[in-house]
This record gives sequence, structure tokens and C-alpha cells, in this order.
Amino acid sequence: MEILKQLLEKNGFVFSFFLIGLIMYLSFWLSRILTKNRIPGVAIAIILGLALAFFGGKNGIADIPVFAGMAFVGGTMLRDFSIVATASGADLGEIRRAGPAGVLSLFIGLIIAFFTGGCIAYAMGYTDARSITTIGAGACTFIVGPVTGTAIGADPEVITISIAIGVIKSIVTTIITPFVANRIGLNNPHSAMVFGGLIGTSSGVAAGLAATDVKLVPYGSFTATFYTGLGCLLCPSVFYLVTAFLMK
Amino acid sequence: MKIYGVAILAGCYLAGQFIGEMLGSALGIGGNVGGVGFAMLLLLIANDWMKKRPSLTGDTNKGILFWSSMYIPVVIAMSATQDIKSALSGGHVAIIAGIAVTLACVLLVPAVSKIGRSKSNPHS
Repeated sequence: MEILKQLLEKNGFVFSFFLIGLIMYLSFWLSRILTKNRIPGVAIAIILGLALAFFGGKNGIADIPVFAGMAFVGGTMLRDFSIVATASGADLGEIRRAGPAGVLSLFIGLIIAFFTGGCIAYAMGYTDARSITTIGAGACTFIVGPVTGTAIGADPEVITISIAIGVIKSIVTTIITPFVANRIGLNNPHSAMVFGGLIGTSSGVAAGLAATDVKLVPYGSFTATFYTGLGCLLCPSVFYLVTAFLMK
Repeated sequence: MKIYGVAILAGCYLAGQFIGEMLGSALGIGGNVGGVGFAMLLLLIANDWMKKRPSLTGDTNKGILFWSSMYIPVVIAMSATQDIKSALSGGHVAIIAGIAVTLACVLLVPAVSKIGRSKSNPHS
């Protein structure tokens, strides 16, 4: 047993491929048997993944040494590398046509997320502009939150909440996207680009679209990749000034 | 050769990330702004270039397609390594705001899709 454990720890990267293959096989089987393929196998696999994350801590299941390889396979580098690879199936013309809508959706997405997050913060009893701005920024993505909070000197406790909001947003996006896709017309490159710009959280958009239709991934990811940067630009500056003005 | 495809992909990825990093520092926010997007554009351009060279298609493309098909397994690994515990322990503010914000943005997708579409293609 000890030898097996050591072997798996030493070969964590390879073991992850085996494990993910197993999860996917199980998920597609469950999808067929239990839901008659109504819930996509990929969606089940992603939810199973999230469930596994409960067994660990900060890095999910990768905190358990035997499963440490999952952190590498699921890390930013391989994620972005494989997202870029999906672009080889994308159509440059579609991206160009949806460009204006994509840019518009980035701004609308940031404003709506910030405004909604800020209002909830206010309703929950936060009345200072710094806290409201930081929580609103966290509602954009879990990177915009701490970047903004640090820049404007918010309370560390508020910064932690802002990160949590961003992570919840990413998880909720992952889970609900395949279920609402049809209702919101998320079935073509154009709306996928708008979706990426409105939601913006790269991991949530990437996982949600994967569970919906892999063909849409490059389009959604294309706009989402600009969201966090734009958020880090707008939240501590324009949005903070507006919030401070409103809270006077 | 498949490795040519993987190498082209890697080159596009690195160049795109580099542009993203440069843009980030030029804007004074640090970090990476749109690196993945620029990398995708470069790959699309590289794809066009490859199509004009019959000797490069086929196997070369398979190297890129392999990594494109690894995307879902990578996403599953990603979800298994999320900090889900502390996300849920962020208190009710975090949970309520996280859910409300996501729903608000998702509900806007049909409306914004329409605006963009009528602008770029008035006939549809």
C-alpha cells in the first residue's frame, strides 16, 4: 500500500490523466443511464470534479499528496494552452462580426456585476465606499476583487469576501450554463462571445461552455480573456470614484 | 509531424501571453490583459498560413487537435482543484452576491446578443 502511494505521488501528472479518464467514463455512463443524455456527461464530470474539491482545501483535491498532479493538469498553464488550441476550430470571420457586440458585452458585464455586487454589499450593511467597491469588484472576478481592494486600501476581511464572491460566481456559472444555454440562446458563436464578455470569469466561462458545447469555447474564452484586465483597470479608478461620489 | 503542430501552438501561446503581459504593464495594471485572446488570433493566422502549405497540414494539425481535445479533461481537473470550501465559508454575503451577480449577467445574454447582431448584420 505504501509502495503504491509513493508510486502515485511520484507519477502524479500521469496518474491525473488516468483519474480524469475514469471520472469522464463514469460521468458519461451516469448521463446515459440516469438522464438519457439529457444532462451532458461533461457537465456531470465537472460537478463531480467540484465535489472532489471538497475533500481538499485551498487547492481542492490536489491538497492530498496522491492527487497533487491534478493541480498541474488543471492549472492556468495547461488550461490556457488547451483553450488556445480550441481556436484552431474557430472562424476568424465570426469573431470579427461579433467583435463590436463582444466589446460592448465586456463593459456591460463589468458594470452590471459591479453594480449588483455593490448593491448587495450596501444591503448587507457595508456603507463605506472602499468596502462596497471591493465587493463589487469581487463580483467581477476573484482576481479583480483583491487587486482593487489592495489598490484602494480596503479591509483584509472585505478582500477575502470579494475573492469568495468571485469563486462562487465561477462555480455557479460552471453549473448553470448547460442548463440555461437553450433558454438564453447560447448556441452560436455570436452569443458565446457575448456570454464570455458578460460573465467574464475565465474558468467559469471555460467550464460552462465546455459542458454546453465545446465548439463555443473559443468564442466565449476570446472575450472573457479581456474581462479581468479591463476590470482591474476600471474598478479601482472610475468605479471607485463613482461609488465614493454616491456614498457621500 | 505532430510536434510541428504542438510547437506552432506553443509559439502562438507564448507570443500571445507576451503581448498580454506587455499590454498589462503598458496600461499600468500589471498582470496579463487578453493574452489568451491574442494567442488565439495568432493561431488562427498560423492556421491560414498552414493551409497554403500542403506539406504542413494533416499530421501538423493533429498535434493542435490533440491539445484542443484535452481541453475538457483539463477543465475537469481545474474544477477538482478549486478552493470550494473557503468559497462557501465566505459567508452569506459572498454566496448571495455570487449567485445574484451570475444570474443577472446570464439573463442579459439574449438582450446584448440582439443588440450586437442587429448592428453587425441588419438582415438577420
